[in-house]
Amino acid sequence: MTKSYPTQESEHDLETGSIKSDDAVGKGEGAGLIGQHEPCSPKLPATGRAGQAVFEYAPAPESRSIVHLQSSYGLFIDGAFVEPLDGKAYKTENPATEELLAEIAAAGTADVDLAVEAAGRAQKTVWGPMSGVERAKYLFRIARIIQERSRELAVLESLDNGKPIRESRDVDVPLAAAHFFYYAGWADKLEYAGFGPDPQPLGVAGQVIPWNFPLMMAAWKLAPALAAGNTCVLKPATTTPLTALLLAEIIQQADLPPGVVNVLTGAGSVAGAALVAHPGIDKVAFTGSTEIGKDLQRALAGTGKHLTLELGGKAANIVFEDAPLDQAVEGIVNGIFFNQGEVCCAGSRLLVQESIAETVVEKLKRRLATLRVGDPLDKNTDLGAINNAAQLDKIRELAAAGEAEGAVRWSPACSLPERGYWFPPTVFTGVSQAHRIAQEEIFGPVLSVLTFRTPEEAVAKANNTVYGLSAGVWTEKGSRILWMAGQLRAGVVWANSFNRFDPSSPFGGYRESGFGREGGRPGLAAYLDV
Amino acid sequence: MSDERVAVRKTYKLYIGGAFPRSESGRSYVVESFDGAFLANAALGSRKDVRDAVVAARKAQPRWAGATAYNRGQVLYRVAEMLDGRRSQFAEEVASSEGTSRQEAEASVDAAVDRWVWYAGWSDKVAQVAGSSNPVAGPFFNFSVPEPTGVVGVVAPQASSLLGLVSVLAPVLVTGNTVVLLASQERPLPAITLAEVLATSDLPGGVVNLVTGRVDELAPVLAAHRDVDALDLAGAPALLVADLERAAVTNVKRVLHPAGFEPDWTVAPTPRRMLAFLETKTVWHPIGI
Amino acid sequence: MQSEAMTTVPSGSGAPDHPDLEQSSRPLTGTAGAGSSIVRATKRPVGEIFAEMGRSESDLRRFLLGLPGVDQVGAEARAASLATRSIKTTAKLWALEMAVSMVDLTTLEGADTPGKVMSLCAKARRPDPGDPSVPPVAAVCVYPDLVPVAKRALAGSSVKVASVATAFPSGRASLGVKLADVRDAVVAGADEVDMVIDRGAFLSGRYGLVLDEVRAVKQACGQAHLKVILETGELDTYDNVRRASYLAMVGGADFIKTSTGKVSPAATLPVALVMLEAVRDFAELTGALVGVKVAGGIRNAKDAIRYLVIVNETVGEAWLDPSLFRFGASSLLNDLLMQRSKQLSGSYAGTEDFSIA
Repeated sequence: MTKSYPTQESEHDLETGSIKSDDAVGKGEGAGLIGQHEPCSPKLPATGRAGQAVFEYAPAPESRSIVHLQSSYGLFIDGAFVEPLDGKAYKTENPATEELLAEIAAAGTADVDLAVEAAGRAQKTVWGPMSGVERAKYLFRIARIIQERSRELAVLESLDNGKPIRESRDVDVPLAAAHFFYYAGWADKLEYAGFGPDPQPLGVAGQVIPWNFPLMMAAWKLAPALAAGNTCVLKPATTTPLTALLLAEIIQQADLPPGVVNVLTGAGSVAGAALVAHPGIDKVAFTGSTEIGKDLQRALAGTGKHLTLELGGKAANIVFEDAPLDQAVEGIVNGIFFNQGEVCCAGSRLLVQESIAETVVEKLKRRLATLRVGDPLDKNTDLGAINNAAQLDKIRELAAAGEAEGAVRWSPACSLPERGYWFPPTVFTGVSQAHRIAQEEIFGPVLSVLTFRTPEEAVAKANNTVYGLSAGVWTEKGSRILWMAGQLRAGVVWANSFNRFDPSSPFGGYRESGFGREGGRPGLAAYLDV
Repeated sequence: MSDERVAVRKTYKLYIGGAFPRSESGRSYVVESFDGAFLANAALGSRKDVRDAVVAARKAQPRWAGATAYNRGQVLYRVAEMLDGRRSQFAEEVASSEGTSRQEAEASVDAAVDRWVWYAGWSDKVAQVAGSSNPVAGPFFNFSVPEPTGVVGVVAPQASSLLGLVSVLAPVLVTGNTVVLLASQERPLPAITLAEVLATSDLPGGVVNLVTGRVDELAPVLAAHRDVDALDLAGAPALLVADLERAAVTNVKRVLHPAGFEPDWTVAPTPRRMLAFLETKTVWHPIGI
Repeated sequence: MQSEAMTTVPSGSGAPDHPDLEQSSRPLTGTAGAGSSIVRATKRPVGEIFAEMGRSESDLRRFLLGLPGVDQVGAEARAASLATRSIKTTAKLWALEMAVSMVDLTTLEGADTPGKVMSLCAKARRPDPGDPSVPPVAAVCVYPDLVPVAKRALAGSSVKVASVATAFPSGRASLGVKLADVRDAVVAGADEVDMVIDRGAFLSGRYGLVLDEVRAVKQACGQAHLKVILETGELDTYDNVRRASYLAMVGGADFIKTSTGKVSPAATLPVALVMLEAVRDFAELTGALVGVKVAGGIRNAKDAIRYLVIVNETVGEAWLDPSLFRFGASSLLNDLLMQRSKQLSGSYAGTEDFSIA
């Protein structure tokens, strides 16, 4: 019995493409629980030679055996893994199967005290006084070990987060290593960064990261902070602690002095809140929802603590009639379905020029039929599981709202696994700026399609939001690209591309998408007293 | 019979949208010299004045930001020319407001003019210092440019009535932002005279808007206003700061925290005050045939 | 797997007032049964498209330049992403066997002799003498003067004889000479003709000349199927590949082909992607299914499988058939056999386990 989402236009039997138990997904643990990873649209009768099977991609699972999951994990404080003082713990699960993966320590306020004190000591006595040259070498070591253990990290990330192994392998892990590499090289060159002859670190950084790119976010936070001479207390997201803990192990392997990096797993409302409020924290860096970011900014009011925020978005992906159409369709798909759309800078609003809207939507729907939803560990999977039940509820709620407010909902007919948190790729057409699904961040694989007539109108619609994180522009006309880039109130503008990241390229938003930048030279400013 | 000539005393009004209106509330308050003598009645600005100022600032922002850097630099340099020309007037106002000697006041005014000149010269250079072309690992031309944040609410320093004022105002302007400025509550006169300078310097109306009055009444309005993008709390009273920062959260304003004490404004500035009100925009452009 | 528009129903193979275009009833070896309502009903006859492209060079240029551009970075990224598909076990075996059946086993050397061609044909009929379950290849590809040798050697088999023509590989000769070249091949019995377009004409903007030549060659082909070689390595940009593909298809090509194999770069994954997109769009527009042949530079099975993945995810299952997709190669065949034997036996074979052509 498969779970299928009813679609408006599907004319196919929704029962096609059922899970085939004999087509076992893989020989690793969890095999057979997830089942098929067929592309979304149901199979049509065979073509070509009579009786010939169609080109079905057999299961291509990445083996789980490279990961050595412990049954329980402690907190990483002052260079060692320790039990939380009040012994509290919780379990983290694989969102694709709801299988429990491990027991995770839940840090309490006393643990936060210990970690912040350790970080403070390390900053004053070891890391702060250390020369940039020496700090750099530690960061290079960490980058190297990430590369050495990249496969293990990628598999673990997909298990804990639900994202396809192809993405964790080809995007998350390499970028994490790259960030350490890039900032390692800044550690001994701060006087050339444009902040004066002798910029000083802020002290101890309390860093709270989200569940959508667990390892990569940890790297984005730790690397610049450490390069600038700060020590860190990192709080990974509750549902995705595992790669941060493996990173702590890597940090041990790199012989980083104790206390320089501390990792506190646990609840945001307990460990996270205690961390940012702690008087021993000089700098707070947060990536997450705008709502929580605002809570944090409020909590820090009047404390004098430095703060940078990287929050939500509702990016416009703008396609002009003279766009390179096939590549634009790829850009649309990448923009909203990469990482299941659980991306702050996702291109969640397609703004397509009215003259080609029908053509583009048709091409898009045809393209979506080749998306493969299923087992994150299968190398051919394009769209994995939604990270957690709460997020799945939010996506469902907003998708229902979209229908209720009159937009037209479409998904390729997908059969989804029975267990786990899944949502099919979904497109809403007939959306206007007055709709909730054009204004509120959904953070899932749901695209809202709006039209525009002129570049001015595209800009007006794109900027008609409280957010301002990113935007995409598709056209063959270079002068228009640069004009649009200048007009769009967004911290990142992708021309004829989308979702491109690089440690040298500053990333961050305008307005309620946050303030401060990560990456490049501006990324250092967040961690220096400038 | 030689009577002493009766002076035609100045009426100190607000400066909003390039014009000098009175407060819509019709209120005023007494500005005294450092030793308690009556100096003037200044407008006691209201929340509606602040609202109007924000509207004017928002309206002027695209044009000011869209002007070339060269143009902005020229306009600001002209302001310095006007400031220099009114040196003695300012010195008198500073001396009577702050209780300094004439000599100290003149030195303060000179420093203010020089500071203004320093910032004017940054207009076409800050992009080169804060911007970059980024060597990404792929076939893309990737560049970062600094852009003005938008409308900035500035609470001017309470004690340093001209030098401090100039030190917080100039960096916000040169970067293409527009301003709603709350003058020092007790020492607003140099600010109002500065507004006259601005009005005669080719600075488009609405780029700077000046509201005088009670800081504890007006600052919270600015802080909570969702069409203000950033705040400089340089002159905010310590007891107010936490509340103002909390109010600023409504639209995630960028807030430049006060130092906690009024700094020594004679110390040479760094680019910090400009960078605080700049956003970095990064563009990716494929390179291909 | 690919749904909807790929399952096309012919709506007419050409306008009746363009008799030379009647040949464009391409093989519709697609799914007949699934002519469901998802398919776009309004197909336009090729002749109408031709008329729209206009009679003058400037009209034609406007049409071609009005086609959507191709962003190089984006196209190459898409091809690279498709190349990460992991094709294993049953899928791999299926793909290897399908690839074998799509090979145009080729010899185009100055030193070709009847003996060489006969040897090639024997290999073509029976790629693996030790394993009769290996399908024969699709065709053998030779120069026109060796077509008779190939015909005799392949008599009674399903393997087609394809001949290059039109002053292959350069195409630098008069139209008369090029057409005579085609007629020789056809008279000798070639089932398929691989022509080259005039790249000089294309690159100097004489698109009408290119189109007219394709039409003329198509006419001279008679019953033989026409493959039009674009020589993408000389066209340089993907925009040019798209435009040349359209010219060839409107001119009556049954197949569009990447390269002569004599110029580097020859076939690449992104070029194939762009050509398959053009073929897909053309099918959407007219209902006609044009095949694609990738030639040159496909050395091993891994490459071949990557091409099949691109076909699968760009145009869909209908094209996964020798009637609509071919590999122009020689050394590829043995690597396909080697990988196939590894799939079946579990262990790696040696090079001498497979006969040479």
